[in-house]
Amino acid sequence: MKDNIDEYRWLLMLIWMEEENPMELTMIKTKAENGAISKPAEKDKEIVYRTSELNLWYGEHHALKNIHLDIYENEVTAIIGPSGCGKSTYIKTLNRMIELVPNVRTSGEIVYRNRNIFDQSYRVEELRTQVGMVFQKPNPFPKSVYDNVAYGPRIHGIRDKRTLDEIVEKSLRGAALWDEVKDRLYDNAGGLSGGQQQRLCIARCLAIEPDVILMDEPTSALDPISTLRIEELIQRLKENYSIIIVTHNMQQAARISDKTAFFLNGEVVEYDDTDRLFSNPSDKRTEDYITGRFG
Amino acid sequence: MPAREKFDYDLKTLQQKLLELGSLTETALNYSIQAFQHKNIELALQIIDNDSQIDTLEEEINDFAILLIAKQQPVAIDLRRIVIAIKIATDIERIADFAVDIAKAAIRMGDRPFALEMEKIMQMHRVALEMVSIGLKAYYEEDVVLARKIAEMDDEVDELYGQIMRELLRLNATNQENALQINQFSLIARYIERIADHATNLGEHVVYLVKGKHYDLNG
Repeated sequence: MKDNIDEYRWLLMLIWMEEENPMELTMIKTKAENGAISKPAEKDKEIVYRTSELNLWYGEHHALKNIHLDIYENEVTAIIGPSGCGKSTYIKTLNRMIELVPNVRTSGEIVYRNRNIFDQSYRVEELRTQVGMVFQKPNPFPKSVYDNVAYGPRIHGIRDKRTLDEIVEKSLRGAALWDEVKDRLYDNAGGLSGGQQQRLCIARCLAIEPDVILMDEPTSALDPISTLRIEELIQRLKENYSIIIVTHNMQQAARISDKTAFFLNGEVVEYDDTDRLFSNPSDKRTEDYITGRFG
Repeated sequence: MPAREKFDYDLKTLQQKLLELGSLTETALNYSIQAFQHKNIELALQIIDNDSQIDTLEEEINDFAILLIAKQQPVAIDLRRIVIAIKIATDIERIADFAVDIAKAAIRMGDRPFALEMEKIMQMHRVALEMVSIGLKAYYEEDVVLARKIAEMDDEVDELYGQIMRELLRLNATNQENALQINQFSLIARYIERIADHATNLGEHVVYLVKGKHYDLNG
């Protein structure tokens, strides 16, 4: 009887995930299929993503226009711009999550680690194994803190308790959450604060050791202190991961990113070192946007 | 635009306060040379007295600028406008202090007839005062061309300063009885030369404000 209930819950969760977070589910399933988890460890800064002549249409609507953008390893790249400028579309294109939207067409290419992600032979699951994503709203599974983090590795077939313990601790430490939850690992994750839940989602992402972490407004639902914690965490994470973050908070982009791209009406108006873009932008439209004259 | 209405208004207010500071300082500078030229002790004392008003306004500008930074978290041109306002206020306040120094020198000068031709020092003062005026105009109009003009004028001031100092040195050897006056003369010439340097800083600030890059106009 108990097993049946668990199975039922499991099924409910999968359905919930399918609705809330299909990308992550695919990612976890794929990692399980592939087995091995590997993380490249180049010392020099390389280009992780090279976007050239990227165009994207939603039906007739030309949403991304001739985008050229190089994203570097072990850096935080911020994408800013007013609503509807294409920044979320772009970040969702990086892991091909955009394909879930009907009537989407693309042209041009995005090369991730020397392979065009639009290649017929490139399996989307393979890409999403390397590219994790954190969303605006924290979305922990309705399970314990421990099980949330162990979820991915378990699907990969890791059953050894000690190995799982290590992964859970390492991931929670990596997400700067360990000290706060180490005494309640088996409590339901729903009892954590919003900021803690978001860090838990980051820990869950780290547990399967991605290469790139995409963040779509990860702090917009959080209070200022939790926001600062996540920002500090992002600074630390970039030592081991490449991070691309979409944010409406321009001060946040200025604080945490190395490079910033300003999107407007589907185009990249300016892409430069963050220090320069926020102190002395070259394009008048960038200046008008960051100083709050429009948008 | 409505989103920035208050901020734009505050930036304008900051600019107005700075221009007011500039105007008070120009007046002090003008009076100081008159006090010196006409040995007008009363006018000199008035300049010294009025300086506290300038100091207070400078503090007010700094406080307001810091408040704006805290409240608006400005970036790019807005941030430069505020930071440059603080820097310009500092330079102008220094210029006003030199006006006070000139006034004090005028008092110490005594009422003996001048041992030196006044023309060159008056000329030097005129140019320095004009540099301050142009600096303020360049700031108000954010005019880089005007700002650069100040640098050229500074060369003229430096040249005059050299001439005056050489003359004073020569006088010093032969005019023991005028030693005190000659000493005050050289101090005043030095004050005016410093005023011109601060005016040149105004020019540099304006270029940075507009271009976002540093230029050394003093070099």
